[in-house]
Amino acid sequence: MAPPAQDEKVPLLEMKQVTKKFGGIAALRDVDFSITTGEIHGLVGENGAGKSTLMKIIAGVYAGFEGEMLVQGRPVHFRSAADALAAGIGMVHQELSTVPDLTVAENVFLGTQPVRAGVVNWRRMNAQAKAQIASLGLDIDPATRMGALPVGLQQLIELSRVLFSGARIIILDEPTSALSPPEVERLFTVLRRLRAEGRSIVFISHFLDDVLAISDRVTVFRNGAKVITEQTANLTKDSVISHMIGRGSVDMHMGESAELTGDDTRPVVMSVESVGDGRALRDVSLTLRQGEITGVYGFMGCGQIELSRALFGKIRLKTGRMLLEGRPVRFGSTAAARAAGIAYVPESRRMMLFRTEPVYKNISIAILDRIGRIFLKPKAERAISTTHAKDLQIRPPTTDIVLGNLSGGNQQKVALAKWLTHLPRVLILSEPTRGMDVGAKEDVIRIVKSLRDRGVAILVLSTEPETILTLADRVTVMRKGTVAKEFARGHIEKADLLSQA
Amino acid sequence: MTASVELAGKGGVKRFLAEQMRNIAPVFTLIALIVFFATQSPVFFSVANGLNILANASITGIIAVGLTFVILTAEIDLSVAAIANAIGITMAFMTAQPDYVNIATIPLPGFIAIILTLLAAFGLGSITAFGVTRIGIPSFIMTLAMMQIANGISALLVRGQIAYIFPDFITTIGAGNFYGLRWSIIVCIGFFIVAHLVLTYTRFGRYVYMVGGNREAAEYSGVNVRLIIASVMVISAVCSGIAGMMGVAYFGSAQQNGFDDFLLTAIAAVVVGGTSLFGGRGGIGNTIIGLLVLGVLNNGLDLINIDSFLKILIRGLILLIALVINVYAQKLKESTG
Repeated sequence: MAPPAQDEKVPLLEMKQVTKKFGGIAALRDVDFSITTGEIHGLVGENGAGKSTLMKIIAGVYAGFEGEMLVQGRPVHFRSAADALAAGIGMVHQELSTVPDLTVAENVFLGTQPVRAGVVNWRRMNAQAKAQIASLGLDIDPATRMGALPVGLQQLIELSRVLFSGARIIILDEPTSALSPPEVERLFTVLRRLRAEGRSIVFISHFLDDVLAISDRVTVFRNGAKVITEQTANLTKDSVISHMIGRGSVDMHMGESAELTGDDTRPVVMSVESVGDGRALRDVSLTLRQGEITGVYGFMGCGQIELSRALFGKIRLKTGRMLLEGRPVRFGSTAAARAAGIAYVPESRRMMLFRTEPVYKNISIAILDRIGRIFLKPKAERAISTTHAKDLQIRPPTTDIVLGNLSGGNQQKVALAKWLTHLPRVLILSEPTRGMDVGAKEDVIRIVKSLRDRGVAILVLSTEPETILTLADRVTVMRKGTVAKEFARGHIEKADLLSQA
Repeated sequence: MTASVELAGKGGVKRFLAEQMRNIAPVFTLIALIVFFATQSPVFFSVANGLNILANASITGIIAVGLTFVILTAEIDLSVAAIANAIGITMAFMTAQPDYVNIATIPLPGFIAIILTLLAAFGLGSITAFGVTRIGIPSFIMTLAMMQIANGISALLVRGQIAYIFPDFITTIGAGNFYGLRWSIIVCIGFFIVAHLVLTYTRFGRYVYMVGGNREAAEYSGVNVRLIIASVMVISAVCSGIAGMMGVAYFGSAQQNGFDDFLLTAIAAVVVGGTSLFGGRGGIGNTIIGLLVLGVLNNGLDLINIDSFLKILIRGLILLIALVINVYAQKLKESTG
């Protein structure tokens, strides 16, 4: 059942010597790239390597570039995403663009509802939507409210929207980052079916396991240039990583297993007892110890987000209680939690950072009251920010630059930096390394471990087992708002986490 | 070194303009208006007329200072003019009025009347703050209700009458002169200076900008967002109250509907000056320019004898253009920043 050799197929889309510059700096340099009919083409590279830039050119988002783009041998020039879609190229972005309050059918036909005399033809719309979804192997009532569905299904429905607009080339940007393993498997089944129909898929992802599992060919980018395009059969995770980062040996087993060193004699800093918020979080008990990293693993929606919010005073607990250094606490606001020595880095950088403000203001926001009660102390503020920027190797090393100009990994370092001036008692990190390139990931891991070694009690919550296994000294697995399993000491494997969640 | 080079390379003219458009456009508008009216009217470009413009803008200016805080946090206060009027009337209510003014009053010494009146302004602001931050009513609706409440207070206290007498201190700073300069201009400039210092050099001011820039991020950084929003609502009410006290002295009378034009003018001044309606950008400097643009426009249109009905339309169009620039500047910033 192996797919026929790709080389015999006609290139459906070909990019020749493509260069794209932003304000004089090349984001892409002389890139050749091709997609054949009926292939799944994996695209990997660190953040800023150029893969998104190339895909945005193909999808018509960036109109101006140097070089040639050919569709079935004919030169094309897209001026907008609509042009690209008309030529059969569609993109599903990482951030879902579905409307949670509309029905599934309305989402499928967003903006293109079948109308009769200016009135939406509901019966026809629902019937077509159902057929469309069914062709992806899904059985969903089209009248269901979109927001009631799991993220994985929403993503497939968004995919169906692109598909049924007639796209022959579908670009998927990080499609598996929010999906649980069964959902990933369902997505792969759909993708294989589409491939069998002769559609071509570009699969952009940081999850190398996923890329290697689904792709026929893989292209690796580094620093705005293509490193290699290779048949997946000839690649291993290790070889892909070494192409990505351009250096030889990498511990490819990082994050596959871990030796836990939980130590019950360490002083307890914070504990939660049977806490619940009356919704996603039902009954969780957890103990955070000085100088230890507690990892909480679970799929999306298992209640870990709510747990972290409750610990930082963002949402109220309905049941259970929290103890900080032995005393019961109840935070009425995030400001109260911060004052008690709790620090929090949420899973989305947008929730944490001020994109249009300079880096130093992003760092100092959490410590302004320590620098000066009433008046700002600009010199001290700058000095502290600059020190952190240097310690965390934030690039570029100036704190006057507007935050939005930094890469994702560097933004994450800024989000951490704001809590480092006065060491917090408890540091809560939600998805600390999600969507980051290998280099930045290593930096963040190093920073978090050094904080642990300085005595901070750290809670790391993630839906990625690798993140938990790389960081945690003890692990709690959450399932549907409760604790499913705790691991304190000894050897555990990725499979242990996946099987418990 | 390399970083600054990189910045300049990436930045370029477009980014600079996107960044600065909200500040540049109002200044150019002001210059254009001054040049236009100076060529059209012989009396426009004179010291006397300049002081006249400033005096007319001074009461609005104090209201606009409070509104600047509110709009910087991406909230709105529609009750400013109604509160100004209610507070002006409250003060008159606590001052002995001549016999021919048929209003029930509680005459108090001027000093106490002023303190109580200020407390009343603080109280109204606190009610707004409570509704917005504790109950969670959008400020647009909450202040709409407060506008009606304040109008109701005004109506009950004056009952269709007009009051003429106010505490001496207020009469002086509202209507008096200091070596030929209106006290109201001096007080207004004082408000500008203090507000600018607060916004630029204090921790509170920084929080105001950060809450406006990204409320969620401010909250996740441990900033007490509700306290900041509550504070700006109270600041706005107190500024409006002081403007109301000085305003009635400036007009020489306190009566229902005394401040009818001031809501639109104050909001227009903040927005025309370039403070972002989405919060986080702008400041007192912008508000000053906005006040001057509107003041020059009003004054100039009077001097060139334009149809007074057309004048209203022109003000509306200028406000519309300012809104377009305000929103466009935000989009430009988001797309390049």
